[in-house]
Amino acid sequence: MVSGSLDAAVTAPLTAKDFATDVEVRWCPGCGDYAILKAVQKTLADLAADPDQTVFVSGIGCAARFPYYVDTYGFHTVHGRAAAIATGMKLAKPGLDVWVASGDGDSLSIGGNHLLHLLRRNVDLVYLLFNNEIYGLTKGQASPTSRPGQVTPSTPQGSLDVPVHAGSFALGSGASFFARVPDVAQAALVDVLKAAHGHSGTGFVEILQNCIVYNDAVWAPVTSKATAAERQLWCRHGEPLRFGVQQERAMRFNVHTLALEAFTPGVDGEEDEVLVHDVANATLARLLVELTEPLALGVIHQRAAPVLEQARHGAKAERRRDLQRLLDGGDVWTVGAHDAEPVLQKSF
Amino acid sequence: MDEMRATDSLLVVRFAGDSGDGIQLTGSRYTAEAAGAGADLRTFPDFPAEIRAPAGTTYGVSAFQIQLGHRRVRTAGDQVDVLVALNPAALKVNLPEVRTGGVLVVDEATFGERGLAKAGYAANPLTDGSLDGYRLIALDVTKLTAEAVRPAGVKARDAGRARNLWTLGLALWLTGGDMAKSEAWIAQHFEGRPSIAEANMRALRAGHAFGETAELARVEPVLLRAHSPLPPGRYRSIAGSDALCLGLVTAAHLADLELVYGSYPITPASSMLHTLAKLEAYGVDVFQAEDEIAAIGVALGASYAGKLGVTGSSGPGMALKTEMLGLALAAELPLVVIDAQRGGPSTGLPTKTEQSDLLQAVLGRNADAPLPVLAAATPGDAFDTAIEAVRLALRAMTPVILLTDGYLANASEPWAIPDVASLAPIERPAIGGRQPYDHDPATLARPWIPAGTPRMRHRIGGLERQDGSGAVSYDPSNHHRMSELRHGKIERLADAIPAQDFVAGDMDDDLLVIGWGSTLGALTTAVEELRQQGHRVAQIHLRHLAPFPSNLGGLLERFERVLVCELNMGQLALVLQGRYGRPVASLTKVAGRPFQVSEVQARVRRELGVTW
Repeated sequence: MVSGSLDAAVTAPLTAKDFATDVEVRWCPGCGDYAILKAVQKTLADLAADPDQTVFVSGIGCAARFPYYVDTYGFHTVHGRAAAIATGMKLAKPGLDVWVASGDGDSLSIGGNHLLHLLRRNVDLVYLLFNNEIYGLTKGQASPTSRPGQVTPSTPQGSLDVPVHAGSFALGSGASFFARVPDVAQAALVDVLKAAHGHSGTGFVEILQNCIVYNDAVWAPVTSKATAAERQLWCRHGEPLRFGVQQERAMRFNVHTLALEAFTPGVDGEEDEVLVHDVANATLARLLVELTEPLALGVIHQRAAPVLEQARHGAKAERRRDLQRLLDGGDVWTVGAHDAEPVLQKSF
Repeated sequence: MDEMRATDSLLVVRFAGDSGDGIQLTGSRYTAEAAGAGADLRTFPDFPAEIRAPAGTTYGVSAFQIQLGHRRVRTAGDQVDVLVALNPAALKVNLPEVRTGGVLVVDEATFGERGLAKAGYAANPLTDGSLDGYRLIALDVTKLTAEAVRPAGVKARDAGRARNLWTLGLALWLTGGDMAKSEAWIAQHFEGRPSIAEANMRALRAGHAFGETAELARVEPVLLRAHSPLPPGRYRSIAGSDALCLGLVTAAHLADLELVYGSYPITPASSMLHTLAKLEAYGVDVFQAEDEIAAIGVALGASYAGKLGVTGSSGPGMALKTEMLGLALAAELPLVVIDAQRGGPSTGLPTKTEQSDLLQAVLGRNADAPLPVLAAATPGDAFDTAIEAVRLALRAMTPVILLTDGYLANASEPWAIPDVASLAPIERPAIGGRQPYDHDPATLARPWIPAGTPRMRHRIGGLERQDGSGAVSYDPSNHHRMSELRHGKIERLADAIPAQDFVAGDMDDDLLVIGWGSTLGALTTAVEELRQQGHRVAQIHLRHLAPFPSNLGGLLERFERVLVCELNMGQLALVLQGRYGRPVASLTKVAGRPFQVSEVQARVRRELGVTW
C-alpha cells in the first residue's frame, strides 16, 4: 500500500495523526505499545520528519508490528535481525532516517549479537527497546530480562537465569547514547525520543513497557502515582540528581562502597555532596543504569563518538575509477592470429 | 636452447612443501611464466586448513599443481609429471599421484633422521630403492640456495626462505622457460628491501643456472614460447574468486547500481571478501559483519534501500543465512548470495572442494521458497555467471544463489579480458506509479521501490502480503495466489535464460553425460578423448540449476542412458529424476578433490558396456 498524502503541499503543522497509517492497530487493549506509538508519531510530527526519508525496521514480536502503524517506509523482518538490516540500509543510503522497534527477547536474546555490534559501530539511527520482561507474542514465556524466580509457562518452577540488564549491556557494548523512560511518561518519552533522534550515532532508548496480558504491572512499583516520586530519578544534564515528592532526596557518591547512594541533604548529608548529572561521564552512567531504587530515567548517557556511515564514507575515494582498467589489471598478454612459432604436432 | 622444439604435449607440474615454504607463490610465479610463453593452463592450489601446521608433517603439506601446454588445457591434470618436493612429507603425500617415470626434484638436505621421522618414513626413500621407477633429482637445495644468496648478505633465516625460488628457477629451466616475469616480480614485490630482493633474485637465477651447468636433461619444453592454442585476444591469468568479484563489480556497473557486500570470514569464501574490499573505488561497499546472519541482513537492508546487496559464504554459513533468504524471497527484493562450497557436512573439509550444497541451494528453506540457482563452471566463467546472477535477481526481484566451490575459488586459467563497452546493460523493474506488489504480467516481478523514493512509501515484511498492495494479508486465497506467483516467477526465468546446448555430441549419441559447476574441465576432457576413440558420448553442462533451461526435459527424453557426474552423493541426479520423472545413472565422488579424467572415462565405458 503506497501512501503519499503528506506531500500535497501541507502547510499546517504536522500532528501525530499525519504519521498514522490506515491499518487497524492490533495490540491488546491496554497494551503499553499504544502510548509508545503515540509518542513516536508525535515526535515525528514535532520534528517535521520527512516520511519518505524515514524507515521503521523491526524484527519479530509485538513491538515488531510497529512499522505497519507508522506512515513512513517500513520493513518487518526476521527475529532479532532488525539491527543488521537497518545497518545495511544506512550503509546504502546514509541519509535515511532509520528507527528500529524491538522487544527484549528480540533485542537481547535472539538478536543480542546484532545489538552489541550495532552499538559498538555507532550506526546513526534510533533504537527503541520495548522492555516488558516477557515474551508476549508467543504467549508469556520468560524473556532474557525476566526476573529470577518469575513463574511463566516455560519456567513453572521460576526462572533461574540472571536477567540481562539493558543499560549495562548497552554501555558495555560501547553505546554512545542511552536513555530510559516508562511508556506512561508521555511528555518525557517525546523529549527523550527527540534527544535520541538528535544524537549523532545510535540513540538507544529502553522503554519500560507494560504487557497487560502476560506481565501486567511489572513496572508499577516505579510508575504508579503513589510511588513515582520516590522511585524515579530523572537525569537532566547539568542539574542535580534529585528526586522525591519535594525533590528533597538526592544522590551522592560513597567513596567507601564505590557506589551511588540516596540521601537527604541537610538531614543525613550536606548540599554540596549532591551529584550533578553529566551525560558525558561514562563512569557516572554505569553507576546510574544499575540503580534500582530510585530508578534512573531520562538521558543517562550521551557522548560524541565516530559514526559508522560517516567514517566509512569519509575513508572512500572520491572518484569512481575506470572499470576496464581494473579488468585489464595484472599480467596481461596478447594472443595474435599468428603468434610466435608454430607448434609441432606430437602424437600422444 | 637450439635443441628444444616446441611440442603440443601437456605437462603437469606440482610444487609441494610446508605450508610456510612459499609454495603457492612459487606456483603462481611459474603460472605467470607459462602464460607469458603462450601456453594454455589450469592450476589447482591445495593447501591445509591449518595456517602453520607443525613443520615437516604430512598434514602441513601445501601443494600447487599446474597443467600446461600449447594445446587446450581443461583440468589441472590427473597425474603429475614433475614433482618438486621441499621436504620428505611433501614427497610422501604427493608421490602417489606422480606417474611412473615422472620427475622428482627433492631437497636431500631435509631427508635427515628428523625429517624422515616427522614424515613417517621408516627408511630413507632416496636410498632404499623405492623411487627406482622415477627420475630422481635429489639435490642439496638448502646448501645450494645458501651459497647462492650469500653475497646478498641476508640473515640465514631469509636465505633459507629463498629455497622455493631456487626450485622455481630449476623448474623453469627443466621445462624450457626463462625468468623474465619472475625477475620483474621480485624487483617489484621486494621494492625497498634491496637485500631481500637480491637474495631472491640470486636464488632464482642460481636454480636456473644449476640446471644448465649440471646439464640436467630437460623434461618437456612446454615453456618455450610458441603459438598459443587460445583464440586471439587479450588474456590474463585469473582465479575463480577474483573473476567472480570482477563479475559482480561489472554487473553493478551494467545495472548502474552500487553494490554492498556483506560477509563474515569463512573458507573458501574469504578471498572474495578480501578482493572486494580492495574495490571500493569501483562502487563497492564491503562490510565485515558480526556473523553470517548479519552479513546477509546487511545485504538485504542495502537492497531495500536501493543498492544491490550481495553476500558470500560457504555451506555452514549458508545454513545460517537460510531464514533471511526466505525473507528476501517473501519481500521480493534482489539479492545475490554466493556459496563457495566445501567438503561437509558440518565443518567438514574447509579447504577442500565439493558440490554438496546443491540441494541446500535449490530446496533448503522452510516452506515453498523457490529461487534461482546458478553454478560457475570455470574460473573465467565465474565472471559471466556473476553477471547472469545479478541480471536474474533484478529481472525477477528475487534472491539468487550462485554456487562455486573451493576448487573454482582458488584454481586459475587464462581469461580473455572482456570489453566492458560491449556488454549488455542490465535492466531492472521500473516503478512507473505501480503498487509495491503489483506483479508485472510478463515477468511476475514487482517494482523495486527503494526506501526514500518520494511518494511511494509502504510497509512490507515477512508476513504474507496482499498481491498488489503489499499490505499484510491472512486471506487463504491470497496466500495460495502468492505462492503460485513466487513459484511462477522463478519458472518464468526459464524463458529468460539460454536454451541448453551440447558441450560435445548431439541427440543421436548413445549416452548423455551431464555435469554442473567446476567439473566441466574434467568431464569435457574425458568426453573429448572418448569421442576421439569413437565412443558415441554426448555432453551437456548446466549453468542454470533452478530453473532448468526450458529445453532440458525434451533433451533428456532423447537419451536412453544419462550419466550425471557430480562431487556429492547424487544431488543433481535426485533433482533431475524428481523434475523429469526418468531414471538417470550417477557418478559421484566425495573425496574433497575434483574428478580425474580417467575415473570419468572408466565409468562412461562401464555405462556403455565397453572395455575399449
